[in-house]
Amino acid sequence: MAQKNGEALTDLMQSERFLHRFERIFSVAVPVLAVIAGLLTAGVLIAIVGASPLEAYKALFQGAFGSPYETATSLNRAIPLILAGLGVTVAFRCGLWNIGGEGQIYIGGMFASAVGIYLVGLPLWIHLPLALLGGFVGGALYGGFAGYLKAKHGINEIITTIMMNYIAIYLVGIMVKGPMQEPPGYFPQSPQIQPGAILPIIWEETRLHGGLILALALALLFYVVLWKTPFGYEIRTIGSNIGAARHAGMKVARVQITAMLISGGLAGLAGASEILGAQYRLRDFFLPNYGYDSIAVALLGQLNPIGVVISGILFGALRAGAGTMQRTIMLPSSMVFVVQGTVILFVVGTAILANLPKYLAKRREAAHGN
Amino acid sequence: MGIEVFLGLFTVEFFYATIRMASPIALAALGEVYVEKAGILNLGIEATMLMGAFFGVLGSALSGSAFVGVLTAMAAGMLTGLLFGFLVITMRANQIVTGAALNIAALGMTSFLSRIIFGVRLLPVQVQGIKPLPIPFLKDIPGLGKILFEQTPLVYFTYFMVIVMTYALYRTTWGLKIRSVGEHPRAAETLGISVIRWRYGCVLLGGALGGIAGSILSLAQLSTFVDNMIAGRGFIALAAVIFGRWNPLGAAAAALVFGAADAMQMRVQAFSLNLPSDFLLMLPYLITLIGVIIFRGRAAAPVALTKPYEKEATA
Repeated sequence: MAQKNGEALTDLMQSERFLHRFERIFSVAVPVLAVIAGLLTAGVLIAIVGASPLEAYKALFQGAFGSPYETATSLNRAIPLILAGLGVTVAFRCGLWNIGGEGQIYIGGMFASAVGIYLVGLPLWIHLPLALLGGFVGGALYGGFAGYLKAKHGINEIITTIMMNYIAIYLVGIMVKGPMQEPPGYFPQSPQIQPGAILPIIWEETRLHGGLILALALALLFYVVLWKTPFGYEIRTIGSNIGAARHAGMKVARVQITAMLISGGLAGLAGASEILGAQYRLRDFFLPNYGYDSIAVALLGQLNPIGVVISGILFGALRAGAGTMQRTIMLPSSMVFVVQGTVILFVVGTAILANLPKYLAKRREAAHGN
Repeated sequence: MGIEVFLGLFTVEFFYATIRMASPIALAALGEVYVEKAGILNLGIEATMLMGAFFGVLGSALSGSAFVGVLTAMAAGMLTGLLFGFLVITMRANQIVTGAALNIAALGMTSFLSRIIFGVRLLPVQVQGIKPLPIPFLKDIPGLGKILFEQTPLVYFTYFMVIVMTYALYRTTWGLKIRSVGEHPRAAETLGISVIRWRYGCVLLGGALGGIAGSILSLAQLSTFVDNMIAGRGFIALAAVIFGRWNPLGAAAAALVFGAADAMQMRVQAFSLNLPSDFLLMLPYLITLIGVIIFRGRAAAPVALTKPYEKEATA
């Protein structure tokens, strides 16, 4: 009797409709549970050091959304995370482990700064797009190089992109202490960009800049390209089954390189929008860890543009709110990294459960075979 | 920069500093060689070392003994390795993402705890560090003695591990088993080698060595903890594994080269030479990138690297 019940259950689990629904629920439930797990873990840490987790999260929320100014700051932090998160998504969707968001952000920021500083006398409608394009091109070339090495020479992109992260960070260091340094040369930073290259503020009395519109527009475009065009289909096919893609005659190497160009370009735009919209000059370490965070954003967003926007805003709010929390109740802002790290560990750690229905079905078949 | 000034950099102090800076990288890289030989890519070495650096200082502060500090660091590293192993071996989570996430979490946790514990002076900032221990007779070898044998005990431990781990990997059945697990797990399993168990073993070993490596940076070099003090050395260790072609001896040699770049960077700063220190900081990564491009096609990485292992449901 018990065995019969078990069979009925696995029958249900095998049905197409159930599988589909299971996947849908799973893709929403996991990120939500992951965020809860992240907040709980950091909460335990806060309690261990003798502070009140509730106080802390209240201060964090106040700091993130307590006033229009703070909401705008959260959104400003979210802009590079969304852009670079989309970049990570396109690479991962194509089966490429682009860990190089960090470096591509720095190169993008450097290119955008160069265009923004050294081209003079251009009107906004020419200068700003040129500077953004500069950022995109810089990041795209940097990411594309790793893509080329992978697709044409089989060199592991994980290794090359990690090495290139540090090369880019220190290259920016060399530039802002050397060729691009602001005269007379006291500080490790470049001169300010020209007024014509500045991304305008879009919310009065706050610092929210136009990068948000760019990020949301690109998320929409991203969705259309990835799910409604043959090129997007090729990217996803190569990512899920490279053998089948080759068999179907897809030009795998070309698509892989293009995916890495776009991936790096989006990360480059993240760096560019930060310089042109928020910082107005190039500095050492101007967006620390955002490249790695964007991996977290992409995965928490389930490699889906809407999810990336939501998780980008969440992580942006965490970053912005943590600063306030540190000032008001003296809890170190580094706590948000604990939340972020745990969230991702939860997402990747539970990924295996998505296969549960299929696994049970397979076991049942095996049992019948005996 | 004149040639005399350049040659003037290569003093006994420079080579001494090279060995000192190379030892944490070498130790972490040795552990990672075993982890990767067993088929697992751990991008979380940075996290392991950071945990070791922090808990090493905490252990030393609480006990008053640097040795206890190193043991605490080792335990912290093994726990980090165990968490990593549970996620990537048992839960078959993606190794790359898991490692990257561990780095974020460890950075947050150690900075948070150190700010609370040492920042508000619950414990002294400076703790009992590890002091150099010159070895009698050996230290009197002209030239080399001062460079090699007036170091801290952890550096001698590194020498020892380079020899033992190279020998074990190529000359013992344990080493053979580890390599088979990383090259052809399915075949290894049919020969009765437990893939899961050996992978856990290697991850724990890597964690222990990574933790000790972290404590070298905190206990033997600064005697205190600083936020994000590993500063990319975990990734340099990873680079050393790749540049050393997945061979323990090769990884140690690469660590020596990268240690020299580190030592050079400090001397260039001290001498305020006209060479950007950022360039020297970049060198290990640049050398490795050029290395993997030049040596492309000559595959040396274990075949099953990054591939999770799943026991077949029915044999």
